Amino acid sequence: MSASSAFNDEKGGSSSVGEPEYGHDPASGGIFSSDYKRHDDLKEMLDSNKDSLKLEAMKRIVAMIARGKNASDLFPAVVKNVACKNIEVKKLVYVYLVRYAEEQQDLALLSISTFQRGLKDPNQLIRASALRVLSSIRVTIIVPIMMLAIKEAASDMSPYVRKTAAHAIPKLYSLDPEQKDQLIEVIEKLLADKTTLVAGSVVMAFEEVCPERIDLIHKNYRKLCNLLIDVEEWGQVVIINMLTRYARTQFLNPNINESLLEESGEKAFYGSDDEEGKEEKADAAALAKRKPYVMDPDHRLLLRNTKPLLQSRNAAVVMAVAQLYFHLAPKAEVGVIAKALVRLMRSHSEVQYVVLQNVATMTIKRRGMFEPYLKSFYIRSTDPTQIKVLKLEVLTNLANETNISTILREFQTYIKSMDKDFVAATIQAIGRCATNIGEVRDTCLNGLVQLLSNRDELVVAESVVVIKKLLQMQPEQHSDIIKHMAKLTDNIQVPMARASILWLIGEYCEHVPKIAPDVLRKMAKTFTNEEDIVKLQIINLAAKLYLTNSKQTKLLTQYVLNLAKYDQNYDIRDRARFIRQLIVPTDKSGALSKYAKKLFLALKPAPVLESPFKDRDHFQLGSLSHLLNTKAGGYQELPDWPESAPDPSVRNVEVPEWTKCTSREKRKDKKVEKPFYSDSEGESGPTESADSESDSGSASESGSESGSGSEESGSESGSEESEEDSESEEEERDEEEEKKKRKKRPERSGSESESEEEEESESESSESESESEEESESETDSKKTKKSKKEKKEISLLDLDDFETTPIEVTPVNNFLSNSLVTDLEGLSLTDTVMNPTTIAPSGAVKTYELLHRITGEGLAVEYCFSRQPFGPDPHMVAVQIQFTNNTSSETKNLHMEEPKLLSGMRIKEFPEIEVLPPGESATVVMGIDFCDSTQAANFQLCTHTKKFFVSIQPPVGELMMPVFLTENEFKKEQGKLMGMNEITEKLTLGEKCQSDHAIVQRVTSAANVSRVPCGSDKECRFAGKTVTSGSLVLVTVVTKEERAAQLTVNCEKMVIGTMLVKDILQALTQ
Amino acid sequence: MIHSLFLVNASGDIFLEKHWKSVVSRSVCDYFFEAQERATEPENVPPVIPTPHHYLINVLRHRIYFVAVIQSEVPPLFVIEFLHRVVDTFQDYFGVCTEAAIKDNVVVVYELLEEMLDNGFPLATESNILKELIKPPTILRTVVNTITGSTNVGEQLPTGQLSVVPWRRTGVKYTNNEAYFDVVEEIDAIIDKSGSTITAEIQGVIDACVKLTGMPDLTLSFMNPRLLDDVSFHPCVRFKRWEAERILSFIPPDGNFRLLSYHVSSQNLVAIPVYVKHNITFREGSSQGRFELTLGPKQTMGKAVESVLVTSQLPRGVLNTNLTPSQGTYTFDPVTKLLSWDVGKINPQKLPSLKGSMCLQAGASKPDENPTINIQFKIQQMAISGLKVNRLDMYGEKYKPFKGIKYMTKAGKFQVRT
Repeated sequence: MSASSAFNDEKGGSSSVGEPEYGHDPASGGIFSSDYKRHDDLKEMLDSNKDSLKLEAMKRIVAMIARGKNASDLFPAVVKNVACKNIEVKKLVYVYLVRYAEEQQDLALLSISTFQRGLKDPNQLIRASALRVLSSIRVTIIVPIMMLAIKEAASDMSPYVRKTAAHAIPKLYSLDPEQKDQLIEVIEKLLADKTTLVAGSVVMAFEEVCPERIDLIHKNYRKLCNLLIDVEEWGQVVIINMLTRYARTQFLNPNINESLLEESGEKAFYGSDDEEGKEEKADAAALAKRKPYVMDPDHRLLLRNTKPLLQSRNAAVVMAVAQLYFHLAPKAEVGVIAKALVRLMRSHSEVQYVVLQNVATMTIKRRGMFEPYLKSFYIRSTDPTQIKVLKLEVLTNLANETNISTILREFQTYIKSMDKDFVAATIQAIGRCATNIGEVRDTCLNGLVQLLSNRDELVVAESVVVIKKLLQMQPEQHSDIIKHMAKLTDNIQVPMARASILWLIGEYCEHVPKIAPDVLRKMAKTFTNEEDIVKLQIINLAAKLYLTNSKQTKLLTQYVLNLAKYDQNYDIRDRARFIRQLIVPTDKSGALSKYAKKLFLALKPAPVLESPFKDRDHFQLGSLSHLLNTKAGGYQELPDWPESAPDPSVRNVEVPEWTKCTSREKRKDKKVEKPFYSDSEGESGPTESADSESDSGSASESGSESGSGSEESGSESGSEESEEDSESEEEERDEEEEKKKRKKRPERSGSESESEEEEESESESSESESESEEESESETDSKKTKKSKKEKKEISLLDLDDFETTPIEVTPVNNFLSNSLVTDLEGLSLTDTVMNPTTIAPSGAVKTYELLHRITGEGLAVEYCFSRQPFGPDPHMVAVQIQFTNNTSSETKNLHMEEPKLLSGMRIKEFPEIEVLPPGESATVVMGIDFCDSTQAANFQLCTHTKKFFVSIQPPVGELMMPVFLTENEFKKEQGKLMGMNEITEKLTLGEKCQSDHAIVQRVTSAANVSRVPCGSDKECRFAGKTVTSGSLVLVTVVTKEERAAQLTVNCEKMVIGTMLVKDILQALTQ
Repeated sequence: MIHSLFLVNASGDIFLEKHWKSVVSRSVCDYFFEAQERATEPENVPPVIPTPHHYLINVLRHRIYFVAVIQSEVPPLFVIEFLHRVVDTFQDYFGVCTEAAIKDNVVVVYELLEEMLDNGFPLATESNILKELIKPPTILRTVVNTITGSTNVGEQLPTGQLSVVPWRRTGVKYTNNEAYFDVVEEIDAIIDKSGSTITAEIQGVIDACVKLTGMPDLTLSFMNPRLLDDVSFHPCVRFKRWEAERILSFIPPDGNFRLLSYHVSSQNLVAIPVYVKHNITFREGSSQGRFELTLGPKQTMGKAVESVLVTSQLPRGVLNTNLTPSQGTYTFDPVTKLLSWDVGKINPQKLPSLKGSMCLQAGASKPDENPTINIQFKIQQMAISGLKVNRLDMYGEKYKPFKGIKYMTKAGKFQVRT
């Protein structure tokens, strides 16, 4: 800080004082006078008052930097323009400054004060850019200033500045690694950030500074998973790679049970160690005792949230997801990545190169995955050689009994190619296919022998090498091939091939007893001109022949050994000396010479032709280290799966935002964190509709996946839900907090679609809840409503609490029936004042919303629901049923409401004051609100004898109406009046569980308070209702078509209501 | 992540360097030159070259090598993808991405690189944001700038970066609101000697040019979305909606962008729109070879096959050719042995053919391989897969945009083996 304050004083005058001295520093001018002069005029331009001249000068300087010319002597002249008004000049000065600050540390300090001022600027973008440049200046003396600036920026209001802070962290770390501890604190803070803008950058900082601190991730794991899809693409790559590593430390191997059932005799993927591990685990961990593997929901969450990113346009993102699936997914699910990887092969050749390398590794372990795409790996003559070779590798890995004939036919075409390196690779590939697949060995061998007569020497040489390897497997049957090859020694010049032939002849000399000595004779003649490897093999051949056929070859061998004795290469001299001692019996020869025959003519195991990509997968796929097959600097090892899963509760978050993770809640979390879709500014109604639908898609997606998922089927989530009451206190609280949060959201964003959607998910859960818990009761209830006409007394006998706590699912027919009953009953005026609408069972799937959480309400919990009953005192009001629960240990008195804050036209009918609410008890009241046919919230205060709480109620559009009874003809007539602008039609595809008539009726009636209109056609469902306040008709028609297509039409005079209703019903039907 | 970037031209000169962290000496490129020497063809330079202290990751585009220097582990595709994005941006800005264009606009290039990476990590790669920050140079603007002394750097701050739709710049205004979509499909195929298809697949893209005022929200639906086997989207497309309804719903970036690329799998039968009759023979002993090639349309649904170009890499033994085309022009480069025949449009009544003889090296044995024939063509107003756009709707803005959709089929990597 001291340094900066010193320069602060100077900031005004520094330029004028500093300039003449530095300007005429002769040392900086360079040797060439012309250079010196040119810089001189640049300095003049920089000193001028005209921005255009300065700009011109800066442009020339930047051009110099770009070309790699040294412009450091201009530093003083440039740096004083750092505060220039002209933006472009300023930016170019920044460029210059960042480039040369390291070399001119003292002078660079002159600029610091400008940036410090920038850090305080009210404009977030200026703050960010100041921090960016400040942190890019690599001057150690300003480390404390940078640290301070980063800390401050990390708690800046603007996410953009926080992002810049995250970027600055690795810069500071590389400048001064001793700041690590402090920086980790900042990282920890930024990791908790909930904006997508920051997420990618901070994980990048985490990876650079403290990748080993995996514990920092626990609390943010679920958030990162949920944010992932909205993070910018580069951030996605970094996050996915990090999460792969994280998951490897926290979850169990999903393939643990299958590890021994690996395909085609390949070594089991997760070796036997894992098997042991399993046993140990069985002893150690009580939770997984010999049970079938159950995937951690968080593990599933990661897999599910990364899957859509396979569709990214960015190859790096696709690759990141692919490696994540390869390393983490159960075997059955890995297949999804194949298609995406094959797609990447269409991209630039560099991308192809990297992708093919990874595919090659994958095909070794998971061959089946790519088999359907075999043809995508066929080679074109225009491919670069390195791509061809990789494709060949993949094809070879994919070869099996069924497709080998097609592959070999392809290979035949390749052998004719003009690209000889590629032909050589093909021959090797054929060799590998032949060793791997016994059936085709003879065919391959014959093919390769034919190649021996090829005109191209390289081809022949490669064939010889491969044939040698193949022959080693079954030499007996192929002495004619060996003979043929022996003849080749006259023509072939490629050393490797010659060496191979010589070795073969030596090894199998008993198969060619006549030819072998002759070959040795020829070789002895040319010995001195041969390459080293050939010489070694000649010595070998000589030795072997000497042992088997010493009569004919003794002299030749001596001759060869003598030649070798004086060879230039010490290896050859050594070998000759060694062999001579071994085979030629002399007086001094040791014990070893007795065993010479055994030594030389031992049976040698056939070589295994292996893919160079074998075992490469111990490197994280997609990484640089994997590509190079060596560990690159900064590579983080991919840990092995743990033997028993670490405590999953570390990922639970206490703060209200991130509740305990039951599968149901996860779905909601996902929705809640939708920064892109939810608060896009300036969107009007229809846009939102699009958004909400895209969200509904997410719900449906998770729904469909839950089928395959281990523990996420609807019924299970329901049962979990019902158990929750009995579970620990804390969990319950979390649950409530969750609800509260959901409640809050619509208020904040003011978007109706959002609230609707949440209501939807809520209804889903409450439905399942009621199913599992209260089945019997719901049955009795439905009977009751049916019977109610006759036995009206029963109605008043219904226990209120029962219905409050357990919203009951009634079939839609009943819904409509009960509604009609209510109207009928009302008409009969049998109801007295006590008999307010709530006393009739709330029909349909009623969703409750939280009005006041018990924490904020200091023990008083308030929930409300739309009971869908006409509000007795005023038919233009919507009845809202409110339930108070007193969770405190003392009585709550005088519960009433005050000071409604309403938009014009809206009215509230207050509920009667509750005088005393004893501890632990609940009470239910009904109030009426006239929403004026709008979805604006009604705000008011809830008062007890001690406290006041501000609360608000916001109705979904479907609750703003009530059922009307029309005949088919009436319906058609009314519909005829509401054409044109008042009609909204949408095509849709019905959700999987929503194809029957019955289901459609149920979904529609639960989304909106309308009643069914009888209809002649069984392909059509019609519903009618009217808005509560103005009584405008709302007509809904759903026409089903073939497959799951359907068409939804809403006719309503109030277009806003109509549009919103369409959206809601659409959502209900498509799920 | 990315330390430095060097731009190397075809003759091996480093003509631009940019460093995001400490300066890395340009001598590091020597390792690259070494690798370049080892590789026989320019495209055979390995994309990743390890050196003792750094790793060099390079891409080759427009005969310029973009060599990125990195120091530690980073996904190679991350760097490669980024470098390609850089090239795309240059192309977007200067029309072409050549050494001359980069040298002429070196300041803009530098400003762009400065914005695209911060400390080696990508910062702003969306062209809409970059264009807000740095205006692309046009002739008019250059003239105006020289007269008025104003600059290329945008005066306003890059608010787009803060937006929730980061790919769209704010405050877009047009007098004519238009949205054009081009459905372009490419056929990749390998046809064997006898004319049967070994493999064929269709790769399609939808490129859009959207010039709409404000913040329009578009939905695009297809008549037959099931055709699309594998798709990848521009980040603006709402994925969930596609999953649920097979509808593309998006707030588009301003200007040109690639909305979607898709793949129609080889499992579906792919119609091959042209056929080739060929007879290429070399006779043992004689120094002559015969060359005959006839093209014809098939399965084109009545549309004309245009801009046909046939290229073939003849064997090294061929010294020269003596051919007569029935239409179009042909050239043969005796050095690279590349034969190219610009056919133009195929007239179904009078099929184009190229016939004649080839001179072989005297005394040399006959080449043992036959050349592959690469074909390029275009068919307008047709998407070979049969994909059809159903409708395009706009929400969120009141005006009526002008909408247009165009279909085209092209040959991708279309090879005929002989």
